[in-house]
Amino acid sequence: MLYAILCYASEDVVCSWSKEQDDEVMTKLLGVQEKYAQAGRLGPVARLLPTTAATTLRKVKGEAVVIDGPFAETKEQFLGFYTLECNDLDEAVDFARELSEVNPSGGSYEIRPVSLFNPAKVSA
Amino acid sequence: MTDLTWISTAISTARPQAMGALLRYFRDLDAAEEAFQDACLRALNNWPKNGPPRDPAAWLIFVGRNSGIDAVRKRAKQAPLPEEDQISDLEDAETDIAERLDGAHYRDDILRLLFICCHPDLPATQQIAVALRIVSGLTVKQIARAFLVGESAMEQRITRAKARIADAGVPFETPGAVERSERLAAVAAMVYLIFNEGYSTNSGEAPARAPLCEEAIRLARLLLRLFQTEPEIMGLTALLLLQHARAPARFDENGEIVLLEDQDRSLWSRKMIDEGLALVDKALRHQKPGPYQVQSAIAALHARAAKPEDTDWTEIDLLYSLLEQMQPSPVVTLNRAVAVAKVRGPEAALAMIEPLEQKLSGYFHFFGLKGGLLMQLGRGDEARTAFDRAIALANTAAEAAHIRMHIDRLMKDGAAQGASRKAL
Repeated sequence: MLYAILCYASEDVVCSWSKEQDDEVMTKLLGVQEKYAQAGRLGPVARLLPTTAATTLRKVKGEAVVIDGPFAETKEQFLGFYTLECNDLDEAVDFARELSEVNPSGGSYEIRPVSLFNPAKVSA
Repeated sequence: MTDLTWISTAISTARPQAMGALLRYFRDLDAAEEAFQDACLRALNNWPKNGPPRDPAAWLIFVGRNSGIDAVRKRAKQAPLPEEDQISDLEDAETDIAERLDGAHYRDDILRLLFICCHPDLPATQQIAVALRIVSGLTVKQIARAFLVGESAMEQRITRAKARIADAGVPFETPGAVERSERLAAVAAMVYLIFNEGYSTNSGEAPARAPLCEEAIRLARLLLRLFQTEPEIMGLTALLLLQHARAPARFDENGEIVLLEDQDRSLWSRKMIDEGLALVDKALRHQKPGPYQVQSAIAALHARAAKPEDTDWTEIDLLYSLLEQMQPSPVVTLNRAVAVAKVRGPEAALAMIEPLEQKLSGYFHFFGLKGGLLMQLGRGDEARTAFDRAIALANTAAEAAHIRMHIDRLMKDGAAQGASRKAL
């Protein structure tokens, strides 16, 4: 079974770390990942840019609406994610729009740029 | 990170919200600061013992408000302060107040806290100093260091600025839509000033001043989180990120300034550029252009160019002409001329800047660019005259050194058919 581990923390705090503090934390986190990567068990890892860089595509009465900011509803749950190489935000929004058109569940797509991506492959 | 580092990060993160709320309660900057200081002291006692509160800002507001009220009572009645254990039952209180904290207010609280620092009677440097003290919580020593002045001079400056703010009266009514957007514009301008104070520097001063840039970015992000749909705040944040991304490449090992087109672009911070570009894209979708957005779009074009020769100067020329319409200023035209020189050649650029000479007669960059253009046109003697003016007007040793390099080349090349370089 492949598990996704989702990270939650206060963005205010993380964003106010100095570069040195941030590097220190990232080095430690990489250290933990390393042994799982060597065992071929670690899948893709991503760190996202702050929610201030986020855009959300949401279906309102069947219509896809693009709004600024992160997904903020608490009535819906995090169900899955995609990563897509895009030249600009418009391409990402178009992709989300296509998804929402064929997805009968309504729901929302939060569009967040990725700041760090390690596409390591799982062998299991 | 140690406990203490964690606590100080949590406190400085919570500071704008907590100070903003305390200012609303006490309507007096000194009282709010005192209450906040007191809450911080109690946090230092309480948090290591009881663990971090779920919402540090709510905790500090609650404790700060109580201690502020106590201080007022004490002054009124000379009654003793309550014992620590009377307010130690903070765990229960916290859950309660976190819900009672007026979420709707806190956006205006933070905006007000920033806005009072933008008092029009205060010179820009005092606005910045007082904002760094009150909103960011930098110590007087840290601020003095960033401004390259003595601690006591800075202390005086801040005290005077605060007295001025107190005299002016703090605007406590909840702002209407128009007023809110005026406040936001003033605050955005101040955040940009903070950034520039840290940015226009030479390599010797760079380490001392870099915290100003970082603080400005933190404040811009804070504003953006409060005003998520404001394209100008997206533009401002993007502009700061895109400019600061180049910081590691701006000086060479001798401390000399490295021009944009000569910078080692692999040193630019990819992470900051990505965030900046994402914000520029977000802002553009609103189709409500403003000066910060245009400037960030220009910075984005530089950031997108992997090599200097990939730079889209035609688009940059266009964006500067848009900026000229929004914010007519000889400096904007001067910047546009750099793009014009690339697109239409030095002659066109020179024609564009010559009418500015009187207005920019005290401006280093004007004569730097003029000299550079004349040099490209092979008019060595005139170039030399312009470069001499530039050196006399240089603000930093690095700027002067850079112009001297041009002069050396002129001397070497004789008639100066030499390399084309721009002065901005």
